[in-house]
Amino acid sequence: MQQLGVDSIGIVLMISFFIGAVICIQMKMNIQSPWMPRFTTGYTTREILLLEFSSSIMCLILAGKVGSNIASELGTMRVTQQIDALEIMGVNSASFLILPKIMGLLTMIPVLVTFSMAAGFGGAYAISFAGILTPEDLTYGLQHSFKQWFVWMSIIKSFFFAYIISSVSAFYGYTVEGGSVEVGKASTDSVVHCSMLILFADIFLTKILS
Amino acid sequence: MIEIQSIKKSFEDREVLKNISARFDNGKTNLIIGQSGSGKTVLMKCIVGLLAPTSGKILYDGRDFVAMSKKEKALLRREMGMIFQSAALFDSMSVLENVMFPLDMFSSMTLKERTKRAQQCLDRVNLSEAQKKYPGEISGGMQKRVAIARAIALNPKYLFCDEPNSGLDPKTSLVIDALIHDITEEYQMTTIINTHDMNSVMGIGDSIIFIKEGRQEWKGDKTQVATSDNQALTDFIFASDLLKKARQAFI
Ligand SMILES: Nc1ncnc2c1ncn2[C@@H]1O[C@H](COP(=O)(O)OP(=O)(O)O)[C@@H](O)[C@H]1O
Ligand SMILES: [Mg+2]
Repeated sequence: MQQLGVDSIGIVLMISFFIGAVICIQMKMNIQSPWMPRFTTGYTTREILLLEFSSSIMCLILAGKVGSNIASELGTMRVTQQIDALEIMGVNSASFLILPKIMGLLTMIPVLVTFSMAAGFGGAYAISFAGILTPEDLTYGLQHSFKQWFVWMSIIKSFFFAYIISSVSAFYGYTVEGGSVEVGKASTDSVVHCSMLILFADIFLTKILS
Repeated sequence: MIEIQSIKKSFEDREVLKNISARFDNGKTNLIIGQSGSGKTVLMKCIVGLLAPTSGKILYDGRDFVAMSKKEKALLRREMGMIFQSAALFDSMSVLENVMFPLDMFSSMTLKERTKRAQQCLDRVNLSEAQKKYPGEISGGMQKRVAIARAIALNPKYLFCDEPNSGLDPKTSLVIDALIHDITEEYQMTTIINTHDMNSVMGIGDSIIFIKEGRQEWKGDKTQVATSDNQALTDFIFASDLLKKARQAFI
């Protein structure tokens, strides 16, 4: 079950690294101007990554990857009667199949989110070594009026998102009726609804936690 | 022994099962036969509790299944084994793990004992050589045999088979039928089999009920099938010209 999260480490690191790099370039090229302090680029890059990208956007991406995986796996088990087989054995199929997924994501997604932050900063540094801005300016910017709370806020948000992804996609997969077409539909539906719920939850959580 | 009394089942406003009563004895292979869509699967799902009948009684050796609490049902289910139309093996597990699964969940045996028991069951269905394979890597007939091994792992008192022969060639079908029949006698299980395979009917029909459009149309055993004067039954069993001629010759 931990497989769900562990398999996603690669994609999380890669996306975060590149987005971190791109945000850094954008900030340097398009936002920073001569009358702003030199740490602006690092500072804004950090805030974007911590406040929004590494938690919310990352979880939207994970809703696509992990959520559709959960929905189609459970959906296939349903239509091939594997869930019925569990029920006949006297196993409570819902808790047997869904609980480990929820627990798995609740532990893995916050970890992935911290990985994403690290990889994002890694991307920013890679850009600084490529010569667009000096690593010293970047370091200074990244540390400038740093609020530890933002990291915690991201992690707290990611718990909620993890719960949304696992429970919504498990619901769609578990309740499939029909055949392969319905499994495909459940998988898409779960991604759409996970994403919408994550976006709404993001608004409320941001309001409450800020 | 399983007894069902006036089982009715409707989906929304459509009545799929219309008042079915029957008795399934232990040590015998009890067949439920009928055309596709006649309601065999729905009836079996009602008996095992995957669907709730709209009305009627289901008695497992006198124990009223419908009235049971969820917990009691779960306990009774440990005495049941079921073979699904699609075999329904867990495809993330190897053959051996599939057969061990019910033991892992419900027995207090050590790992060694569980492995031994699972291997015994696989031996019983002549599949000991395939235990490391995954369900996706073996043939349909082998999958069915693994499903049988998994269903008997916990020594069930009741065995349910939903079209165990569907998708299998006639020869493999006979092997599966013989296996189910032998196991039923060996362990004195109450076995209920859904089928529309006429070979199964004539081969292992210790007791047969024929369902047509959700109604119980006929009951008897394999010796009475050929001589029955029920038109619907003979039309169903002896559907092809060849079989019609065979029946004439038999009579
Ligand atoms: N979950 C369901 N909802 C509505 N109708 C159903 C459902 N399951 C089965 N039916 C209907 O009940 C009838 C009997 O189906 P079934 O028991 O699967 O037939 P078979 O004898 O081939 O196993 C069919 O007409 C089917 O459309
Ligand atoms: Mg059927």
